[in-house]
Amino acid sequence: MKRLLTAAFALLISQAALAGVKIEHWVTPSGARVQFVESRVLPMLDVQVNFAAGSTFDPAGKSGLAALTRGALDLGAGKLDETAIAEQMADIGASLGGSADTDRASVSLRTLSAKDKREPALSILKNVLHAPRFDADIFEREKARTIASLKEAMTRPDSIAGKAFWAAMYPNHPYGRQATPESVAALSRDDLAAFHARYYNAANASITLVGDLSRADAEKIAEAIAAGLPKGEAATLPAAPEKPKWSLTQLAHPASQAHVYIGLPAIERGNPDFFPLLVGNYTLGGGGFVSRLMKEVRDKRGYAYSVYSHFSPLRQAGPFQIGLQTKRSQAKDAIKVVREVLTAFLKDGPSEEELNAAKANLTGSFPLRLDSNKKILDNVANIGFYGLPLDYLDQYQARVQAVTADDIRQAFARRVRPENLITVTVAAD
Amino acid sequence: MHLKYLLSVLLAAGLSTAAFANPFETTLKNGLRVIVKEDHRAPTAVQMVWYRIGSMDEVDGASGVAHVLEHMMFKGTPNVGAGEFNKRVAAAGGRDNAFTSRDYTAYFQQVPKEKLPEMMQLEADRMRHLNVDAKEFEQEIKVVMEERRMRTDDNPQSKLFEQMNAVAFQAHPYRRPIIGWMNDLETMTAADAKAWYDTWYVPNNAYVIITGDVDHKEVFALAEKYYAPLEGRALPVRRQQVEPAQEGTRKVTVKAPAELPVLIMGYKAPILRDIDKDSDPYALEMLASILDGHDAARFNKKLVREDKVALSAGIDYDATARGPGMLYLHGTPSEGKTVGDLEAALRAEIARVQKDGVSEQELKRAKAQLIAGQVYKLDSMFGQAMEIGQIESVGLPYRKLDRMLDKLQKVSAADIQAVAKKYFNDDALTIGVLDPQPLDGKARRPAVATRH
Repeated sequence: MKRLLTAAFALLISQAALAGVKIEHWVTPSGARVQFVESRVLPMLDVQVNFAAGSTFDPAGKSGLAALTRGALDLGAGKLDETAIAEQMADIGASLGGSADTDRASVSLRTLSAKDKREPALSILKNVLHAPRFDADIFEREKARTIASLKEAMTRPDSIAGKAFWAAMYPNHPYGRQATPESVAALSRDDLAAFHARYYNAANASITLVGDLSRADAEKIAEAIAAGLPKGEAATLPAAPEKPKWSLTQLAHPASQAHVYIGLPAIERGNPDFFPLLVGNYTLGGGGFVSRLMKEVRDKRGYAYSVYSHFSPLRQAGPFQIGLQTKRSQAKDAIKVVREVLTAFLKDGPSEEELNAAKANLTGSFPLRLDSNKKILDNVANIGFYGLPLDYLDQYQARVQAVTADDIRQAFARRVRPENLITVTVAAD
Repeated sequence: MHLKYLLSVLLAAGLSTAAFANPFETTLKNGLRVIVKEDHRAPTAVQMVWYRIGSMDEVDGASGVAHVLEHMMFKGTPNVGAGEFNKRVAAAGGRDNAFTSRDYTAYFQQVPKEKLPEMMQLEADRMRHLNVDAKEFEQEIKVVMEERRMRTDDNPQSKLFEQMNAVAFQAHPYRRPIIGWMNDLETMTAADAKAWYDTWYVPNNAYVIITGDVDHKEVFALAEKYYAPLEGRALPVRRQQVEPAQEGTRKVTVKAPAELPVLIMGYKAPILRDIDKDSDPYALEMLASILDGHDAARFNKKLVREDKVALSAGIDYDATARGPGMLYLHGTPSEGKTVGDLEAALRAEIARVQKDGVSEQELKRAKAQLIAGQVYKLDSMFGQAMEIGQIESVGLPYRKLDRMLDKLQKVSAADIQAVAKKYFNDDALTIGVLDPQPLDGKARRPAVATRH
């Protein structure tokens, strides 16, 4: 009890110290949303541009298009070929990053903030966003590399399990579709250009800037980025995913360990059930070394090195997922323990002690979520892309604190129904 | 520590010299060094405790014990029950973990700054008072075996790397995997772990690094309170084990379920022992940056993009270690190309440096990346603690990180050409090949060699 009181006290202190991340938000004249956090401590600038251009927008039969389009952006743009882009970035110590996931395609830039570094770096970023060339020979090369890596992934138990898991969770939704060597082989250079023209536009963009920059400069930079994009239209979403029926998929593989995934489509970004699920899941399998799954599966029985559960809210209902790897001969026993832990948790929710521990950690660790420009960028870009309230971070601790055990039981009852759970095993005996 | 990490380690130095006193340091009477780097940008702190003990200090038959003990360090003391350590860190809003390498074992917590004293108390407690309970050990050794299955047994690349090192080193303990051979894990006992702890976990074999929004004087006072009462003890003599000179190319093949072959060419390479007097390790670092420091560096530009002989190609060189060094060229051939084709292409790139050197433009670019990385590094408190911990772990003083940066900046194109001529020597080469096998265990068509 004494420890909990101390934790609560520390919380007050850290809240006071962290009135913190001031997010400025506006919409550019060309229609792009912008988030800006001024941080003058280090002479550097991070820019991230997100588009609703992830794999969920791959047209039917063209799975892999979003990823290949994003990957090819900086392989030749405007007057710069791929070598010039990489060399000029390296010359000023800047770098481009980003990738495509299910919902979004992102392009990010990290550069020193001095004008003679920042300006050329931003100029290349704009080129990459506005005028990617998708040269035919480079496209063919990247296609071949993608196909090879997909084939390699299809030999890995974890990749096989992950792909089968998403396919089973989303049988009739784009989240469940996977790029295959065949779907990528069928893509053409023109598919990339068309995808870029449709989705890389101002209405579909969210721009986040964090670093050593004035508001006036941030406005100029954001507008220059947005103005070079077509005005366009925001992406339209497919119909919401349906809940799948309970199923078990068992796939053979020669690995020494079985890979196990259990889950279902659970919750979308911005849904108020998120906080009860977050706090509850801390006790179930989210709280690292102190969760029930960790205690029962790893500590008591030595079944697994890693066992966890988490919610990944997406634009549309994203997964609740439990995962573990265990010696193939004991997969059945491990799954039995996981099911028992989950069933008990769905029935009773956390104890008062567990609930307090979850809150103490989730609120107490809040400063650690924002102690670097990189972390601020990740958080603020998420807020911008998913349209979360601008005071999301300011409210975070209070929202966690307000959750009751009853909220948790009800939210889990709504979101994690056993009749919708799908299980995938690879290499289980 | 891979090249990219090392570069950033080297870089952080510049700004730390600007504020001369920071980092601050003290040594307690029991021999424990405490290093504090103040960084007041956010109300958080990192504590790391580094023990100068790693898998290279193990003996045959007990491989993996350093790492197993790392796991046991979370299993309780007379004051803190099994599993309680993690619980207390979590209650403090913290994150914690640990890592074991060939050269060291380290533990860390990231916490809101108010919680630092409790973290110091917890680490001090387990520095000398660990229970190595036989029942806890019995469960935890199973967890470690699962970790080995996950990281190595079912990961073809890791397996290849493990086998490569077992062949490249014959006498030096770097030949053993950090996680240990499975058979050694199966026969290990709680008594082995306890003996390891009793021998090596003493304050005079450790150092504490704290970064974050702290006042070094307060931290020194806390260190005095929590760590100073622990008694130091003389350590056993560590025998220097010298790897005999390699006298001819060695080859190893690993067959595992996979689609793509992998080639690794490992050359014996020098290690930085004297920051001021040595020069070759710096030149090799810059060479690595020119070959593989960005997307249009030589390997990617020529082998992946222009000639399409490789799906990927890279170089890893770590200039700092307690033991002997290796430089690795590695890659995966493209479809229709063989590992032989890739090997020839990698050799041709090295030969090009040996014959024609590198351009001033390439060198300037690598140095510009170094300087920028010096700023980016400061974005992470954890990274700043790591950089001090890593360099100290090999016996080099973190106060000279800035000198290392100077030395890197002074490397010339001629220096790079000279090390390219000196170290890519076939007699000191070990070649490792991953020979991919079908998942169903059936033999592939006979044309395996030309399949890729």
